[in-house]
Amino acid sequence: MTATVESAAGIRRVTTAKAISEAIAQEMRSNPEVFVMGEDVGAYGGIFGSTGGLFEEFGSARIIDTPISETGFIGAGIGAAVEGMRPVVELMFVDFFGVCFDQIYNHMAKIHYESGGNVKVPMVLMMAVGGGYSDAAQHSQCLWASFAHMPGMKVVAPSNPYDAKGLMISAIRDDNPVIFMFHKGVMGLPWMAKNPRSIGAVPEEEYTVPIGKAAVAHEGSDVTVVSVSMSVQWCLDVAESLEGTTSVEVLDLRSIVPLDREAILASVAKTGRLVIVDEDYKSFGLSGEIVATIADKDPRLLKAPVQRVAYPDVPVPYARVLEYEALPTRDKIEAAIAAVMTA
Amino acid sequence: MDDQMRIDFYKEMVRIRTYESALQANYHADKAPAWDIGAGLIPGEMHLAAGQEPVAVGLCANLVQGDAITGPHRPHHLALAKGVDMKAMTAEIYGRDTGLSHGKGGHMHLFDPSQHFSCSGIIAQGYPVAVGQAFAFARRGTDNVAVAVAGEGAANQGAFHEALNLASMWKLPVIFIIEDNDWAISVARELATPIKDGSLRAVAYGMPAQRVEGNDVETIYEACKVAVERARAGGGPTLLEIHTTRLFGHFEGDAQAYRGDELAEAQGNDPIPAYESRLVKQGVLDEAQVAAIKDEASAEVEAAIAYAKASPEPKPSDVYLHVFA
Repeated sequence: MTATVESAAGIRRVTTAKAISEAIAQEMRSNPEVFVMGEDVGAYGGIFGSTGGLFEEFGSARIIDTPISETGFIGAGIGAAVEGMRPVVELMFVDFFGVCFDQIYNHMAKIHYESGGNVKVPMVLMMAVGGGYSDAAQHSQCLWASFAHMPGMKVVAPSNPYDAKGLMISAIRDDNPVIFMFHKGVMGLPWMAKNPRSIGAVPEEEYTVPIGKAAVAHEGSDVTVVSVSMSVQWCLDVAESLEGTTSVEVLDLRSIVPLDREAILASVAKTGRLVIVDEDYKSFGLSGEIVATIADKDPRLLKAPVQRVAYPDVPVPYARVLEYEALPTRDKIEAAIAAVMTA
Repeated sequence: MDDQMRIDFYKEMVRIRTYESALQANYHADKAPAWDIGAGLIPGEMHLAAGQEPVAVGLCANLVQGDAITGPHRPHHLALAKGVDMKAMTAEIYGRDTGLSHGKGGHMHLFDPSQHFSCSGIIAQGYPVAVGQAFAFARRGTDNVAVAVAGEGAANQGAFHEALNLASMWKLPVIFIIEDNDWAISVARELATPIKDGSLRAVAYGMPAQRVEGNDVETIYEACKVAVERARAGGGPTLLEIHTTRLFGHFEGDAQAYRGDELAEAQGNDPIPAYESRLVKQGVLDEAQVAAIKDEASAEVEAAIAYAKASPEPKPSDVYLHVFA
């Protein structure tokens, strides 16, 4: 499978991986301060394809393979950023943040605040998230809420190629550190399950998708389903399958920080029913924050109790039957919609 | 080395000591009778670098404004020697709106982008950041260098080793400095590190290194000169372990019972009176000049503290500013 696929209509369709690497390439062409650094981002093109083709175009001076040394190279990214460069640094799996989190949350995220606004850290830290392919407890988490909990980092997690390209360009141009989380299932990889929504129409020219703005991915009036990243694709599948019986509005958050609370409130005000689908852990996380957003504003917006389809509070298991018991799936989303519709 | 340079070394060390002594007195002045670390005009932890001035002065005499330093939680000597504005720094330590960071950083988090100076309260984590600054300098074709400074305790952290490896792999203009003051808070060096000479660690990264004994500003200057010139010329990084002395506690309020007789011994090795008598003995300075230098330092420090005390506090609502750019 190639990253670029011509559709019947002749509009260029590409994988999310290609959309991301194209965004980086375009920014690198126009801005010499942009460079890429991480493990296997060079000739390999990124384990999940996020830097495919960049090494061939820009060479080892700007597409830099690092040793397995996340504290070292994320810290180096911060140092380059405070001197005005715009590093795009890859942490291969979000799960690896345990070996380098000090640089991320004590330095990357706090330097601007600690300096009273005098030092900017314009850096993108991108990383793969998510499970569903039996990679078990240390290579399958989402963890966006863990990053979002700590102030000073923007956090984005696109669900499709179009948003991925636009968000990456916005992230590189942003004067703040941006955590860019790509779900492996969203990347359109030839060596994983083929998710049709992971390949889509993407303009060749540069464009931005604003950080902090959710998108109504499927309009509806009976129930609001809020989700982010890979799970949005499952929500859309369900919404389409229910057309004619239940009118489902799917809200793709796209960004977790800043969280588009207005979009959530507007949709819930319209439908009165809310399902949250989140592949990150259920407790103390995104789904609870969304419920709190409603409760803070006006709990009477809700006609029925909220349903949360979130990852239960257990580590990610290996065996397929165990993992899929825990993951958000179309069946669980459909059941949650049915529950809020009949409550 | 000409006499003027030696006089400048002495002046700068006196300036730093005068500053920290005044800070120490002011820090304790309004915490009595019941000592409360969070009380007074200077609240919070206070890590003073008295005894370590030769490191900062010997190093910074080799640096220019465009060079970078990442310092540790004990940063005042480095900040002042690098050229960070004393008034703005003092106002920051007093938590005032006129401070370097409008009162958001405090004494462990001093940022002066005009001097490319920063420090961090997390042990060893400034080493990788300096590598990135050096990366930027090299990519832009400047001859600036980045210097990372932390204590001998920091050299046991992974961040230190990752930074050395990266800088050496990429042959970046970095000078890694270990300030070996013998103590990581209360844990003696010999209980934490199995080798007596920390510069040996550089062998693992194919990097030139030197252990500098004596806590003498001139020796330190010469060692740093070699390292800085190498870095500027594109010769890559150097590790320097500089043996120095911590005259005060880890932080103010530390009774230092763990030091025993070693404390008196350390206090007998104060590098500034030693340098002063050497310069006087050699006829480089006379007593009148010494007095004038001390008076000048006191006047500057008093003015900085007066400035800080007279400066407004930040507005409480400013807490919400600067999370994002």
